[in-house]
Amino acid sequence: MQRTTMDLWVGLFVMAGIAALMVLSLKVGNLNVYNPSQSYILTGNFENIGGLKVRAPVKSAGVVVGRVTDIQFSTQTYDAIVTMSMDSRFIFPKDTFASILTSGLLGEQYIGLAAGGDEDMLTDGDKIMKTNSAMVLEELIGRFLFDKAAEE
Amino acid sequence: MFRHALSAIQNIGHRVIEGMWRLGHASRFFILVLLKSGTSLRRFGLVIRELYFTGVLSLIIIVVSGLFVGMVLGLQGYETLQKYGSESAVGTLVALSLVRELGPVVAALLFASRAGSAITAEIGLMKATEQLAAMGMMAVDPVSRVVAPRFWSGVISMPLLAAIFSVMGVYGGYLVTVVFIGVDEGTYWSQMQSAVDFRFDILNGFIKSCFFGVAVTAIAVFEGYDAPPTAEGVSGATTRTVVSSSLVILGLDFILTAFMFRGVS
Amino acid sequence: MTSESLIEVNNLSFSYDTRPILNGVNMRMQRGQVVAIMGGSGSGKTTLLRLISGAIQPTSGHVKFAGEVVHELSRDALFRLRRKMGMLFQFGALFTDLSVYDNVAFQMREHTNLPESMIRDLVLMKLHAVGLRGAHHLMPNELSGGMARRVALARSIALDPMLIMYDEPFTGLDPISLSVIGNLIRRLTDALGMTSIVVTHDVQESLKIVDYVYFIADGVIAAHGTPKEVRESVAPFVHQFVHGEEDGPVPFHYPAQSYEKDLELEDCRV
Ligand SMILES: Nc1ncnc2c1ncn2[C@@H]1O[C@H](COP(=O)(O)OP(=O)(O)OP(=O)(O)O)[C@@H](O)[C@H]1O
Ligand SMILES: [Mg+2]
Repeated sequence: MQRTTMDLWVGLFVMAGIAALMVLSLKVGNLNVYNPSQSYILTGNFENIGGLKVRAPVKSAGVVVGRVTDIQFSTQTYDAIVTMSMDSRFIFPKDTFASILTSGLLGEQYIGLAAGGDEDMLTDGDKIMKTNSAMVLEELIGRFLFDKAAEE
Repeated sequence: MFRHALSAIQNIGHRVIEGMWRLGHASRFFILVLLKSGTSLRRFGLVIRELYFTGVLSLIIIVVSGLFVGMVLGLQGYETLQKYGSESAVGTLVALSLVRELGPVVAALLFASRAGSAITAEIGLMKATEQLAAMGMMAVDPVSRVVAPRFWSGVISMPLLAAIFSVMGVYGGYLVTVVFIGVDEGTYWSQMQSAVDFRFDILNGFIKSCFFGVAVTAIAVFEGYDAPPTAEGVSGATTRTVVSSSLVILGLDFILTAFMFRGVS
Repeated sequence: MTSESLIEVNNLSFSYDTRPILNGVNMRMQRGQVVAIMGGSGSGKTTLLRLISGAIQPTSGHVKFAGEVVHELSRDALFRLRRKMGMLFQFGALFTDLSVYDNVAFQMREHTNLPESMIRDLVLMKLHAVGLRGAHHLMPNELSGGMARRVALARSIALDPMLIMYDEPFTGLDPISLSVIGNLIRRLTDALGMTSIVVTHDVQESLKIVDYVYFIADGVIAAHGTPKEVRESVAPFVHQFVHGEEDGPVPFHYPAQSYEKDLELEDCRV
């Protein structure tokens, strides 16, 4: 009787709610590109990470291939150990170069990977040997002034 | 003068004690509702009926407000970001604000004043007109037959409404920035997608809205059930539902945010 | 005699906060009887019904229903007991979110597994008995006060209980419905062998149908007897009540300080 129309409305409402959750996950949150359940871990030591933060993206050729999951300070080498969770669809050679880059002049910092030519590939738990620190603006300016002074 | 101050302090003391007493009473009632939820889960038709009133009837206000909030976010975000030449990040700003904070919080505030007050008024009136007593006389427990289905319908519909709110907001922002202002469509979505994390942002927002749903409906059913059985009693209880659930939403939001997003940024 | 009583009220006392309402009430009610409880407004008749149904706890004394002391029962046992009771509330108390039909069907759906077709027949029978079969599709807010009360009556007899308590079933009814409902109460009681307690102010109508009458005043049973005894009684209390006289032992006014003092006339007189 009257109940069925009510049921129909409730059904539509629940459908709309679930659809909204799907849109949030897939379209807004991009769940399909980066799925942490299928991932492998890489680490890298950086002399200076600048403003890099946990959850910053790891990109190669501009495509997000992973995320920073942890940043620790090492008292042995006195540098930063950055742990990255990588999408397992993307694997990189052993001699891949990791550098901390900035999007735009003042934008967010991320790790950029430039693939090398090695036959062996990085696997879960491996350490990236070739790293390049963040560019810190003050140091950059300092070096620039120093160079100028040296020229004269 | 001294006497005035003394009586004012006494007054405050009384109010604090009264508040504690009510809080304890409310918590006990909350446990009781949980214990007596068996009937609602076995006869899910009761909950579905209430979902119509709490969920479906709140839909219009949630959709419209979500759209407008998203449009305003898009406009304001664009104005500000443009000064720094980062208008491409407007999608990120809209989506993160909505998914983390505005979606759960504003949807819960709207839900409290739309559905929460209705629940309180309905239960309070049923009490005032002896319907609850009559039900008890027919050997049907009003807590499991009347209160629990309303509680669960609120708990179920709140996260769904918050998700709908956020999605409407994202599309509202899209409408303003992409369609009207002319930000590149691809940029809008891709910036958003690279910044919004599923577990960290969306799941946490969802968890928030679940907490809000429990809090708002628990307050609403308690105030209704506890209302003095008179016209003023019910109207006072309705007001208290809106006021205290709004405060609880905002306070809870702070606590949850501190727990969820601590250690980052 | 005591062994066949369905309800025994022994030395029952009750007070709201500190104000005593009932003060040692004793009653006996047998199966198949219609018992009237009369008394002035505010004398505690509704309170007495609430005590019998276990909705409130007595301060002393007890009510026995079919041998069980009502206020000592566990919650589950009390609910089991209440399935054998029906109650017509003073203000109807229909469920406003359900139609007339669903109101009457409520208990059948909650407590039995009857198929919907049988529920339908039962509901229409109950509604027919109160003359409202044609109104089954209406919502409670579409009913007049008297109609709502008749629906509430149909609802309270839905499961053919052993005891029905009617809190003022006759108020707001026209003379025709009034005698129909009066006869219905009598017929139901006889046909099903149940017991009916009727709280009423309608002395003449109720004397026609009841088996026994209790008068409550000042928290105790002031008088009791069969309708015949009551009509012939020369006790001033009963006489005043049956004939509706203003002066007599039953006070019309709620206890208060003197009228002059309330209106602050004392000073003027000096
Ligand atoms: N919840 C309550 N709290 C305090 N006092 C109450 C309460 N309910 C009733 N009373 C008081 O108890 C007394 C008896 O009330 P009750 O409702 O039993 O009267 P009644 O005999 O049914 O009257 P009426 O014929 O008008 O319905 C009244 O004086 C009333 O003021
Ligand atoms: Mg009464």
